[in-house]
Amino acid sequence: MDSLIRTENVTKIYNPRKPDEVRALESATLNIDKGEVVVLKGPSGSGKTTLLSLIGCMGRPTSGRIVVDGRDIAKLPERFLTLIRRRTFGFIFQQFNLIRNVSVLENILLPLYPVDISFADMRLRGEKILEDLNIRDRMNTKVNKLSGGEQQRVAIARALINGPEIIIADEPTAHLDRKLSTDLLRILQDLNVSGKTVVIATHDPFVYDHPFIKRIVEMRDGRIQDIRLT
Amino acid sequence: MRHLKILEYALSSLLRRKYRNISLIAVYALTIAILASVLFLTYSLKLEASHILIDTPDLIVQRLSAGRHDLIPMEYVKTISEIPGVGSAVPRYWGYYYDSLSHSNYTLIGIDGDIPGLSLLEGRMPSAPRECVIGAGVGSMRIVGTGDTLALINSMNTGVVFHITGTFRSVSNILTNDLIVMSSKDLVQFFDLPAGRATDIAVTIHNPNEVATIAGKIRTAHSDTRPITKSEILRTYDAVFNWRSGIMLTIFSSALIAFCILAWDKATGISAEEKHEIGILKAIGWDTADILELKFWEGIVISLTSFLLGLIAAYIHVFFLNATILSPVIKGWSVLFPAFRLTPYIDIYQIFVLAFLTVTPYVASTIIPSWKTAITDPENVMRS
Repeated sequence: MDSLIRTENVTKIYNPRKPDEVRALESATLNIDKGEVVVLKGPSGSGKTTLLSLIGCMGRPTSGRIVVDGRDIAKLPERFLTLIRRRTFGFIFQQFNLIRNVSVLENILLPLYPVDISFADMRLRGEKILEDLNIRDRMNTKVNKLSGGEQQRVAIARALINGPEIIIADEPTAHLDRKLSTDLLRILQDLNVSGKTVVIATHDPFVYDHPFIKRIVEMRDGRIQDIRLT
Repeated sequence: MRHLKILEYALSSLLRRKYRNISLIAVYALTIAILASVLFLTYSLKLEASHILIDTPDLIVQRLSAGRHDLIPMEYVKTISEIPGVGSAVPRYWGYYYDSLSHSNYTLIGIDGDIPGLSLLEGRMPSAPRECVIGAGVGSMRIVGTGDTLALINSMNTGVVFHITGTFRSVSNILTNDLIVMSSKDLVQFFDLPAGRATDIAVTIHNPNEVATIAGKIRTAHSDTRPITKSEILRTYDAVFNWRSGIMLTIFSSALIAFCILAWDKATGISAEEKHEIGILKAIGWDTADILELKFWEGIVISLTSFLLGLIAAYIHVFFLNATILSPVIKGWSVLFPAFRLTPYIDIYQIFVLAFLTVTPYVASTIIPSWKTAITDPENVMRS
């Protein structure tokens, strides 16, 4: 398999050389291949969200290299990082991070606003994804009127709207019951089958023990402790 | 296409916070309305004043007695008209009349012929005794018009009834609004002016460059006179209105500064919800420039809406409601006049200055804190 994401001795220090300095990530080296499903597993404060956000071009490492699809993102200017985020990644956040008081359709179309495609094409694309995720009937509902499971589907729809190659999910089952978690994992599995690379940060055994997970990266105190295939 | 979509999102974003934005627009528009009212009112008053002066004679010669304006002897007319360079010297009869019925001051003018620069809306100029022409303000205060009669109390405390033969039309409402025009003979009788005296003398001069010289000669010939030039009157009007509007603007500038502080405070104190939203947008692929464009549109929509509403409110206040709130301060003593409607004049330059001083700070105070948030890594949103 081709290596899609590669981190080399990545360290992330928040507030360096200040009294409240935090070493969130220490010398993390990891390869993620194209089409893989990888879980970053560990307790709170283990550094998995930090690693996930650095892989997703949401921040820059203090030291080390992060190569995504052959590009060293640590050296790229901000606007290129934005382009990579927009084109390469789809994010599913722990708290859904939907814009309140905005309709489902408008929320999922948000990543397309800065892209040069017409309103009509945006709408077509949005309706198709909502159809695939079985929430098309809720298209005009404000997201704050939806259940947790529905909000998670909207967040997934938004993550997929730009046709990303890599899906990044941070504690995606944290606010879902077992049934909704099962549905979510089925959706992620389908996405993986369709060729997407999936990286999940979680400490939920229901996720990392799921049969479709290919590899588990154990993290503790900002360090990668173990990488094992399932 | 991209800009249009961001504008569309900005509008929907504003609608989402409609109550907050409506209250902001209300305060903002009120500030603009007050400032624009002062500007509209002073500019219009100055233009009205300059209209009056178009047909003003080059010199008005008054007689002073104990430092006060007194009636001028008719013999002065002859000596003044003989000064080389003088075109004409015509005695004028006029006076003020306080109408206790309407608590208004009217200006009574006696004429023998037409008044230059003024035309009648309807009717004709007085041609017989006890006839008069009135301004619109007098007509509305006394609820009379052409064909009606107008009863006034003369200086002997006797009622005199005039037949109204016409009402005035003029580009300058302030000029004719409080006017009652009658024959000179009627006016002399009405005020019981002594024979051989006029209120003042209107002098025209062939060469405008000689006005000051001739004024000096008149003072030499008649040391008890005060020749007033057209430019002196213009300067007085300018000084009065500029001073008054300056006072008003100083007061309302405080309001503007207070508003700017409020806007700055609001903008710099960007809410957690807005910060979070910016973080989400950045995380899902919006560039810093896209966020700034979004905030720019939001700021522009709010500030231009407020600006236009403020201007419209000021226009209605000044030109339709007669500047009810500001006129006691700006017009000063003239509040005793019958209410008059200002002819709308707007100085585009002033509008641009006002727009620059109000729209720019608001837009800047909206964009800068958003920029500060937008340039930080969107990573924080992952942790919220």
